[in-house]
Amino acid sequence: MKKMMIVLLSVLLIAAFGSLAGAKTLKVGLDADPVSLDPHVQLSGGMLQLSHWVFDPLVRWTQKMTFEPRLATKWKRIDDLTMRFYLRKGVKFHSGNPFTAKDVKFTVERLKKSVDFKGLFEPFAGVKIIDDHTVDITTKKPYALLLNMATYIFPMDSKFYSGKDKNGQPKDAIVKIGPSFALNHESGTGPFKVTYREQGVKTVFERFAGYWDKKSPGNVTKMILTPIKEDATRVAALLSGDVDFISPVPPQDFMRIKRDANVNLFTYPGGRIITVQMNEKRRKEFRDVRVRQAIVYAINNAGIVKTIMKGTATVAGQQSPPGYAGHNPACKPRYDLKKARALMKAAGLEKGFTCTMIAPNNRYVNDEKIAQAVVSMLAKINIKVNLKTMPKAQYWDEFDAQVADMQMIGWHSDTEDSGNFSEFLVMCPNKKTGYGQYNSGNYCNPEVDKLTLAAQSETNLKKRAAMLKKIEKILYDDAAFIPFHWQNHSYGARKNLMVKPIINTMNFPYFGDLVIK
Amino acid sequence: MFAFIVRRIGQAVLVMLVISLVGFSIKNRIGDPVRDVVGERVTPAERAALRQKLGLNDPFLVQYVRFVENALKGDLGLSFFYKKPALKVIISKAPATLELVFVTALILIVVSLPIGVFTAIRPRNWFSRFTMAFSTLGVSIPVFLTAILLIYVFAVTLNWLPSYGRGLTVDIGGWQSGLLTLDGLKHLILPSISLASIMLPLFIRLIRAEMMEILETEYIKFAWAKGLRRSRIWFLHAFKNTLLPVITVFGVQIGIMFAFTILTETVFQWQGMGFMFLEAVERSDTSLLVAYLVVVGVIFVVVNTLVDIIYGLVNPTVRVAGRK
Repeated sequence: MKKMMIVLLSVLLIAAFGSLAGAKTLKVGLDADPVSLDPHVQLSGGMLQLSHWVFDPLVRWTQKMTFEPRLATKWKRIDDLTMRFYLRKGVKFHSGNPFTAKDVKFTVERLKKSVDFKGLFEPFAGVKIIDDHTVDITTKKPYALLLNMATYIFPMDSKFYSGKDKNGQPKDAIVKIGPSFALNHESGTGPFKVTYREQGVKTVFERFAGYWDKKSPGNVTKMILTPIKEDATRVAALLSGDVDFISPVPPQDFMRIKRDANVNLFTYPGGRIITVQMNEKRRKEFRDVRVRQAIVYAINNAGIVKTIMKGTATVAGQQSPPGYAGHNPACKPRYDLKKARALMKAAGLEKGFTCTMIAPNNRYVNDEKIAQAVVSMLAKINIKVNLKTMPKAQYWDEFDAQVADMQMIGWHSDTEDSGNFSEFLVMCPNKKTGYGQYNSGNYCNPEVDKLTLAAQSETNLKKRAAMLKKIEKILYDDAAFIPFHWQNHSYGARKNLMVKPIINTMNFPYFGDLVIK
Repeated sequence: MFAFIVRRIGQAVLVMLVISLVGFSIKNRIGDPVRDVVGERVTPAERAALRQKLGLNDPFLVQYVRFVENALKGDLGLSFFYKKPALKVIISKAPATLELVFVTALILIVVSLPIGVFTAIRPRNWFSRFTMAFSTLGVSIPVFLTAILLIYVFAVTLNWLPSYGRGLTVDIGGWQSGLLTLDGLKHLILPSISLASIMLPLFIRLIRAEMMEILETEYIKFAWAKGLRRSRIWFLHAFKNTLLPVITVFGVQIGIMFAFTILTETVFQWQGMGFMFLEAVERSDTSLLVAYLVVVGVIFVVVNTLVDIIYGLVNPTVRVAGRK
């Protein structure tokens, strides 16, 4: 009898370990969780991360900033306005429906209806179905960024999202506030299905058995995402083994994580530029290019990266990060206090002046500390800055109202292209066209406007890059804004997670391809 | 008596109106909820359209009257972030907070009573001196520091206890309980200890002071003279009378404890009402904010009104005093 028990127990034990070996569970702790399961309800980093886990785009960015075929296997330009996409065959949605050209058309049309995405998809004319697995995507005028935008097309299951839900609301309705079908239901083609979701508490993803990408090395069978808002708690959860992966890692804890034997720290250069704009409408001093240059020369942004950011950012002299078409190597970061003082003297402002500044205190990494550093750095050229910082909930209204002479803003290009920075941050503010929407410096240079617009429809990429580089040079010489740095993304993970291949400059960790050893 | 009750209820309604009005008027100062719902690239025109649709552009009074009308029907509005009725969100978060407060109260009772009594009857013992010195320190350490210290010692370094969240919960008729699973109980230990740490020194000192005072009274001296057993004097005659003022203070402090849950819950990512409230402030989820204030207001007003009415029934002088 006793022997029988022992045999039985060992069989049970082996069975238990066997199932453990096959199942790889990944526990992820992020600072926030996705606000919805509807990828079109909000354009934000968190929602795009979710899209990559649950849905799958036509094409996606690689680490080298090239395009990787996903649901589109190849593409070719037919004319100036049209790009033909050949769709992957044999792909199934989570609902079991097959993926066809109809779903691409449905998705692009839905994007054009979304409040958040319609701006980005404005240049698009529509989708023409050639056959079940071929579509032509057309634009209204020649558009250089068509492929960049295809990274935003995460085909949704048109059959699954049509009809009406139990409230009588169409299933494809995009509802910002209030219940909707797509808020709680999903059917994408991505590596993970959402099996449980309690907003703000926990989301459980399980690997989709019918996932098309059999070549993906990813072996995560279950992923549990928990938002952990408090920085210290998130780090503690990783160190104590309660979660396997966290992001972001606060700079002050970098050393802790590096020292720990069980976890690794990963950083990846990001594309978000942090700047401060100098309002030329409010202050006549800022209209003088010498004063603006003096300010840029007085800011030791390399020092800020070293001491405040603990080296987790790349010092910037322009908007476009390295790797972008418009990145101009000639626009180097400049810090020269002597030169700054000389420029102030030349402008007749040796004695300086007093101005105001606002900055958020919970929007960007160490935003408040950066703003405080600006105050002390500008004091050296006799500019007295009265700084006010506030939470982001209040900040953007104040920013729009341009309540201060200097205002901080960070920007990440939605298109992963240089033009986007100029369109929002430095083009002449124009209510009608919407350009310069976040240009609170009121810097206005017709040549920059002309070049930015021309670059939009220039499909010769070499010519286009030259134009974008020229823009950066003009902005550099004009000292149109104070550049600080491009923020790095940061991740902490247990040693057995092969994180390196799945991270990228967009901060979309591709968990579908994650290998757990 | 009837008049007294009617008057008391009338007052309660008035208080509720004032609370809702205050909550409603601060909501415009918190920030723009539309900003948090849309991405940064959305045009001002689209945002304005959304504001219009949500009725945020209506005059203050129109919005307030609409809110009160709906509130009377039991509808406190839709949370902007959760996209669900605010009342539902609050109710779903209540068990977490209630369980945390319950366990904390339990710890308070179990720990502070014996220590308080011991330090009173043996004031010169080394343990008493140590406790007194230590409790001064305890009062002066802020709760979030205690919480982070506990996490680093017990979760990160020793790896005995989990660092965040509620763990495994069991659903009992919609009440998500963490009290019934081992995992849930483990998750409760650190948050409840840090929450208890603020009140514990206070209670130990209170019990000690009350007990010492009573030990000096005539009837205790008389009991000694009568030659009663020590344990009978301490635990029956003295202890019972010590408890009366302690219970009164305990009742008041439980209310204050709810306020402290905001900090504790944030540090431990504890999905309760306090955490929800702080997040609502950060996200300018104003409708949830107002709903929370109203719900908490209702709880306090109802409890106080009931207490007053019962008090009036028990003690007629209160009724008489209220009549003039």
